[in-house]
Amino acid sequence: MAAFVVSPLKMGPLLVLWLAGCLSGTWAVDRGNFKTCDQSAFCKRQRALKPGQSPYRALLETLELTNTKLTLQLINDNNKVRLLLELYRLQGNMTRVKINELKPLKPRFEVPDVLINDPPTEPLSLLSRDENGVVLSLGADSQRLIVSAKPFRLDIMEGREVLLSLNSRGLLAFEHLRIRKDTQASQQFEIAKEDEKVEDGMWEETFKSHTDSKPNGPSSISLDFSLPGVENVYGIPEHADSLKLKATDGGDPYRLFNLDVFQYEVFNPMALYGAIPVMLSHSAQRTMGIFWLNAAETWVDISSNTGSSETPQTDVRWISESGIIDVFIMLGPTPTDVFSQYASLTGTQAFPPLSALAYHQCRWNYNDQEDVAAVDQGFDDHDIPYDFIWLDIEHTDGKRYFTWDPHKFPQPKDMLQGLLDKRRKMVTIVDPHIKVDSSYKIHNEIRSKGFYVKSKDGGDYEGWCWPGNSGYPDFTNPEMRAWWASMFAYDQYEGSMENMYTWNDMNEPSVFNGPEVTMHKDALHGNWENRDLHNLYGLYVQRATAEGLIERSGGVERPFVLARAFFAGSQRYGAVWTGDNAAEWEHLKISIPMCLSLGLVGVSFCGADVGGFFKSPSTELLVRWYQTGAYQPFFRAHAHLDTPRREPWLFGPENTALIREAVRQRYALLPYWYQLFYHAHHSGQPVMRPLWVEYPQDTATFSMDDQFLLGRDLLVHPVTEEGARGVTAYLPGKGEVWFDVHTFQKHNGAQNLYIPVTISSIPVFQRGGSIISRKARVRRSSSCMEHDPYTLFVALSPKRFAQGELYIDDGHTFNFDKQKQFIHRRFSFANNALSSRNLAPGSQFTTFSWVEKIVILGASKPSKATLKTPDGKESQLEFEFDASMSVLTLRKPGVNAGLDWTVVLQ
Amino acid sequence: YFIPLNLLLCTQPLPVPTIPTERQFYEENKPFTCLDGSSTIPFDRVNDDYCDCRDGSDEPGTAACPNGSFHCTNAGFRPTFIPSSRINDGICDCCDTTDEYNSGATCQNTCREMGRKERESLQIMAEITKEGFLLKQQLIHEAKRGQEDKQGKLTELQGSKKGLEEKVEALRTVKETAEDPEKEAKERHLKAWEEQKELIRMEKDKTRMAEAFLELDDDADGYVSVAELQSHLELDPDSDGSLSETETQGLLGGADKVDTSTFETVWSGIKDKYLQSLICDPECISICRNLEKEIGFDFGPSAEFAYLYSQCYELSTSEYIYRLCPFNRVSQKPKFGGSETNLGLWGQWAGPEDNLYSVMKYDHGQGCWQGPNRSTTVKLTCGKETVVTSTSEPSRCEYLMEFTTPAVCQEPASLDEVLHGHTEL
Repeated sequence: MAAFVVSPLKMGPLLVLWLAGCLSGTWAVDRGNFKTCDQSAFCKRQRALKPGQSPYRALLETLELTNTKLTLQLINDNNKVRLLLELYRLQGNMTRVKINELKPLKPRFEVPDVLINDPPTEPLSLLSRDENGVVLSLGADSQRLIVSAKPFRLDIMEGREVLLSLNSRGLLAFEHLRIRKDTQASQQFEIAKEDEKVEDGMWEETFKSHTDSKPNGPSSISLDFSLPGVENVYGIPEHADSLKLKATDGGDPYRLFNLDVFQYEVFNPMALYGAIPVMLSHSAQRTMGIFWLNAAETWVDISSNTGSSETPQTDVRWISESGIIDVFIMLGPTPTDVFSQYASLTGTQAFPPLSALAYHQCRWNYNDQEDVAAVDQGFDDHDIPYDFIWLDIEHTDGKRYFTWDPHKFPQPKDMLQGLLDKRRKMVTIVDPHIKVDSSYKIHNEIRSKGFYVKSKDGGDYEGWCWPGNSGYPDFTNPEMRAWWASMFAYDQYEGSMENMYTWNDMNEPSVFNGPEVTMHKDALHGNWENRDLHNLYGLYVQRATAEGLIERSGGVERPFVLARAFFAGSQRYGAVWTGDNAAEWEHLKISIPMCLSLGLVGVSFCGADVGGFFKSPSTELLVRWYQTGAYQPFFRAHAHLDTPRREPWLFGPENTALIREAVRQRYALLPYWYQLFYHAHHSGQPVMRPLWVEYPQDTATFSMDDQFLLGRDLLVHPVTEEGARGVTAYLPGKGEVWFDVHTFQKHNGAQNLYIPVTISSIPVFQRGGSIISRKARVRRSSSCMEHDPYTLFVALSPKRFAQGELYIDDGHTFNFDKQKQFIHRRFSFANNALSSRNLAPGSQFTTFSWVEKIVILGASKPSKATLKTPDGKESQLEFEFDASMSVLTLRKPGVNAGLDWTVVLQ
Repeated sequence: YFIPLNLLLCTQPLPVPTIPTERQFYEENKPFTCLDGSSTIPFDRVNDDYCDCRDGSDEPGTAACPNGSFHCTNAGFRPTFIPSSRINDGICDCCDTTDEYNSGATCQNTCREMGRKERESLQIMAEITKEGFLLKQQLIHEAKRGQEDKQGKLTELQGSKKGLEEKVEALRTVKETAEDPEKEAKERHLKAWEEQKELIRMEKDKTRMAEAFLELDDDADGYVSVAELQSHLELDPDSDGSLSETETQGLLGGADKVDTSTFETVWSGIKDKYLQSLICDPECISICRNLEKEIGFDFGPSAEFAYLYSQCYELSTSEYIYRLCPFNRVSQKPKFGGSETNLGLWGQWAGPEDNLYSVMKYDHGQGCWQGPNRSTTVKLTCGKETVVTSTSEPSRCEYLMEFTTPAVCQEPASLDEVLHGHTEL
């Protein structure tokens, strides 16, 4: 939840005073609390540098080529400072470009723990060399890397085509570490050469009432990338903006700096809670990616010559406050390739427990055990399924995480057992700010072990957050993380049980009285400043928590942890959500591009608070949000403390029925969701996809973000306009067909289609050529549906072909991975026969689930349908044929879902 | 190896259909027609774990139909329907365990126990209702009397007010007629004017005294008696709210009754209070207003809630003391210092149409920071005692209070009826 909103009655007087200053009664974000590029000294300095001739020159005589890399020194002819360039060709069609100072005064920060391994290299070979530069072969597809010496630049070519250039605009800028001139030391070592005028903000910077001491002085870095032929770039979440990134000329760059932004506004480039410095470029010819591995405050400028007569080109410039340049250029060429390439670097989406893909009921706050029981019962009384009920900060004893309010939650285990009896689960919040209180065990241990982040003068860093004065554990310290993880053991976290999971909020970290509501940049994590690794803190919090949940089960159970702040690699640790949105139609709309952007850069498990966190939604908005959320990966309703109750049954029987139906659609589709997440985990393909990912040549899809695909096979067009009577959906694919999942009506692809809508549902289409498994028997929680039978929806392509998959495992352990205990089937419909074949012969798992019904869309009427099983048995299936919609329904094949079988239509 | 569920289902007799009124439709070995008439199927498709009927009626014993329902007989307790999605979901729903016949869940038959508990609680409720209803009759009776008293008082007050207004009018006339000579006299000679004024004053006083005598002499027998005077609380010398016989005698100079001339001697002792009470009596006016207001309240169909008026009830929690003053306000005061917060002022009865007097709504309380004004919903349930039993804040600044009072107790059916009404018990 947001930083500031809490009843003044419950706060200390100091905080109240401070709040009164901060909140002047307006609703929108207070932009004055957050820096513009102009207010961020390094961004201002860097942005003042305009494109032109680069002062950098490659010293070709220093070139060294080994089996794994090429190294080369660069010199800045203005100040003679030397840099070291390292070039790697990585397996899987990637190039890594690393630039650091040749001899920095002290080491510069290199981001650890984000790459899953040292990326395996492939040999680079020297094609040619002269005084102007060198040409290296990148192996695949006649790709070459050209290093030009003066001015220094890099070009990646394929044939005669330039795919991407670095420093072609001369914006490589590396502020070398230096000794402060007004100190004694600097007089002794007169290193500083010309062009080193001291500017404001180099050695100290003040924003509002906060001063950043900057003991290391200026240290920022910048590099430009040119993308000829590219008109569309995506990614670099988190911003509340359109899917297709906008040119930033004339405005602020997109900012990446994890911040707790109170009441954020949509459609602007301001930083939000998380940061993933990965950008994708896309044209009808090629998809590529740029992964800027830097965890400091970062700004991204985008400009584009779109509209002019020349070849389209997009220019991108990255600026970071500290660290080194470490860029991974993912050369695609397809979207799928880029996803695999990025996954090979930072890992894939954690495979969540199946139940985490079901519906979550949250509110700040469910008041006490009775309240939890009443809400739980409410779902049963209204026959609405749910899997998780959540407890926000008020459940704790005075915001001391890992504890329970003794009056409101005196018997947490009884409560959890009550949920367990209904095969349901709970999430409790554990935030990373720790109440400074000598009677609080967690605080005492962290303090005595020296695990807190330190302030610039060496004491424990303290700031204000929910509990009042708080310390911030140093999650960058592996020992601290191990200790934190151990706190989730059942005997440590009293009152916890195996059906209780965790939510890490405020992990930017949020510091109410800190600069921009976060930690001071000169706070210390061991030897490193928060400045160097700020955007990484949140990842570490979620990681330590996820590891705790794994450990408490002896490594058996998959964890589920939701976090608000994230970085590249966070996908490995759980889910994220779009933070404190508002009950407004605009926020419902923006949830689509926000989650799509995250999916493109590895984070598939994304959702927005259903209903909107701040303010109270109209009934129509709430219903529409449930209908949209049911088709987004993380499906959780949440509400602010100050809003009226909004459990699904509080808006009259008609709306209860509408919400029930939306949630039931989600549950019926859980087998498909699970299969998509298995793929995301297995191969890094996003679950929720922009249309262009599957239709990369269809330019009509390139900036589309009011509809999306789930996997390849479902197209969802949410209704995000108040009072909408219809929507215009774009159905892609020339020569393809799409089937309305509600009516089974067939539509042709490659058309804009006006679809009348009522309040009862949103348009969803299944691609002709796909087979989707559903469970039609929706029960009160996903666990209750474990053994239920499947209904297969076979949507035939115009060529009467279809294919699909089914993935089954126990739904909650790592046995699928460690012991290959899973079922992975391929369904194929061709030549009037539908068959199920094993996709994973090495695996084994048995299921009670069977196939109860097969619905074939776009079918013709057969004379008979014969089921054949491997034991040679044949039986006739009864069927129904709806001639008006061409829907053939095969009755009760009854075969086990894990076995081979074939149905032949004659 | 495992046995697929559907095979189990085919071989195991299902405990259905069990809906007594519908049993007739499920006739073995005869084609089954869906209860909505939509289609007819062979009987072996009834409960074969595949949904054939749109209305779900072919699968009364399995979870196959999304819109089906399952009938638990629950012998020893109360029969009930559950959604068919709760069949074999591993959770015991029917107390007779019949919903979990193939899930592996181990359910205990708890119908007998639940029946016993229900009977006990019904019995307790019935007793409470019975006693509560008796109390309610008393409340109604008292309310009726109180209402009459108050109406009488009001009428009386209003009457006297009216008489008084007339008198004031008369006096004004007297005064006005006296004013012209006053002016002249004033001009002529101040001293003479003073004498004149005194005369006029005495004249007026006499008039007032005469009027007072007539007013006080209720039975117009030419005497003002102790009894007559005692009803005039406004004359109470020590203002303790009651006028004793002794006090009254004191006012009448020790006599039991006085005639006009004796009245002249005691008049000076009564005069001030009497006139004050009549001429500009804010207290009387506020009494009138309060009475009017009180009579104007909706105290229920038989005024059974009238006794709550001007009462307050408290509930103490770990943090706060909650205070409900029915027909007035709800408030919350921190136990350990801090000022009181208004959680709402009396709004209206807010129960459902058929039970309007089961819920009270108090609104327009103190504003919430960034939120609405505080409000409180008070739910009334039947009880022998009048107490606040719980408070909560389900939504920010929307409070919920549970309040028991005999005034909502319904006429009890006889205990026998209560128990036999639940035939399965």
